[in-house]
Amino acid sequence: MKAKKLKKDGRWAILFLAPAIIGLAIFTLYPLIESLHISFTEWDLFSPKKFIGVNNYVKFFHDATGLKVFKNTIVFTLVVVPLQLVTTFFLAVALNQKIRGVRFFRGAYFLPTIASMVSISIVWQWLFNTDFGIINYVIKLLGGSAVNWLTNPKTSLWAIIIVSCWKGTGYHMMIFLAGLQSVPSTYYEAAELDGCTGFSRLIRIVLPLIKPTVLYSSITCVINSMQVFDQVMIITGGGPARSSSVMVQYLYENAFDYYKMGYASAIGWIMAIFIFVLSVIQFKAMDNSDFSIE
Amino acid sequence: MSRKLKQRIVKTVSVVILLIGAFIILIPFIWMVSTSFKGIGDVFKYPPKFFGSEIKWQNYPAVFETINFWGMIKNTVIVTIVVAVGQLLTSSMAGFAFSYLEFRGREFLFRFFLFAIMIPFHVMLIPTFVIMRNLKLLNSLWALILPCIISPLSIFMMRQSFLSVPRSLGEAAAIDGCTPFGIWWRIFLPLSKPTLATLAIFSFMQTWNDFIRPLIFLNSNKKMTLTLGLYNMIGNFATDWGLMMAAVILSILPVFVFYLALQDFFVEGIALTGLKG
Repeated sequence: MKAKKLKKDGRWAILFLAPAIIGLAIFTLYPLIESLHISFTEWDLFSPKKFIGVNNYVKFFHDATGLKVFKNTIVFTLVVVPLQLVTTFFLAVALNQKIRGVRFFRGAYFLPTIASMVSISIVWQWLFNTDFGIINYVIKLLGGSAVNWLTNPKTSLWAIIIVSCWKGTGYHMMIFLAGLQSVPSTYYEAAELDGCTGFSRLIRIVLPLIKPTVLYSSITCVINSMQVFDQVMIITGGGPARSSSVMVQYLYENAFDYYKMGYASAIGWIMAIFIFVLSVIQFKAMDNSDFSIE
Repeated sequence: MSRKLKQRIVKTVSVVILLIGAFIILIPFIWMVSTSFKGIGDVFKYPPKFFGSEIKWQNYPAVFETINFWGMIKNTVIVTIVVAVGQLLTSSMAGFAFSYLEFRGREFLFRFFLFAIMIPFHVMLIPTFVIMRNLKLLNSLWALILPCIISPLSIFMMRQSFLSVPRSLGEAAAIDGCTPFGIWWRIFLPLSKPTLATLAIFSFMQTWNDFIRPLIFLNSNKKMTLTLGLYNMIGNFATDWGLMMAAVILSILPVFVFYLALQDFFVEGIALTGLKG
């Protein structure tokens, strides 16, 4: 009976899975293998591929521009992830109370999340305008002097960082809020009876309880940050002098401006490997961390 | 300090922090709206004023005259709807197979799909471009649609949702002669409406806001989507900030309306992805 059912179900399973398997094979599995193949070749999209071994990978770490965009991407990630997670965690804690206007706050914070990065970037480009932007206007009101946000190599990447944090706030806040709401109120009461309140309760009781949420947030945040692209293309174009250029943008340029498909693929793989390693590190860190309930 | 007083202080501080945050979040939007009603003369005036010397609503009709805005909207809507419907169909079918049907190699195959969730799209960029070139689909909306119809993440979410449907419902229907197709269509799908709505919203947002695929696959004015159109506008009208802001507002308006109508589903959806992902 069981074996018969297995066989009968098997036929249906093929039917139900066919679109997904075909799609995955054509648009994920094949491109994945093919891009690995291309990364070991020199190829301009038109003439035959020339096998050059790991040269593309070696080249990246000797390419001054490559190292620069790599560094920018890492700096971007190392600043955005902690900043984003800490601020959104506390915002979520503040919102997770019986206060009036929860719906308003939720709606307001979420607006940047649903708008496209392209449109948001255009708006910020205007806000960052040196002479007529309101950011510099406020800075001058407070007694500072105007900043050439987008044309100064020292500030261009920071402009990108500010926009990215601003845009991601709603999303991560909402995830933390969902996590916080899944903590039963009895835990709070028990902690209070033991004299554990306020900030220490937050760090020692609440944070460990929402560990899966923290892990999810930090992993998605790292993955998204490593792949930052839209806002760079629109706000600074990577400039000035590559000061805000990032890996995906360099990949895009090599592929579709210089037709260096092999090199571009290698950049993609270096990025993917880096993302994978960072994800594993986060998993391990969360597993071993003693911020769990004793 | 009494407990009640302390609680009130915490609450007040929280509200103040939230208000400051909301202000920072909303200011760019407010300024965007303000600028969209200004002519060039008022845009470049220092110090900046919230209201210009006149309210120039003409920026909005001008958007439709300077760029092919309706065409861009039409293309974006087509791609978004086809991808969303396709994703829901294929994900719910595969999710059903992975949760209800019993067959050999199920767990192995499922692991494979889980692995696919983690692959960054940019790694596959060039081969996908080559596939589209070989299929002669460059500069066609199909190039944006086909690679996005299968979403491993949606398949995973559908499976999770179907696992919470009691098996006995399907088995009872099977005894009454219902085929697995009927069980999927008549029992599992109707019971998973919230998940379907959530996935539809996420697919909608992702496709509507996608930038790198249109940038790479499209090059004609006729096929352009909203994000790509806006990007091209920067090059041509970068100094006419009033016009640019009007175009930006028009491009995000549909998503805002959609969001306001389905706000609770959005929130539920975030919770769902956050907790189970």
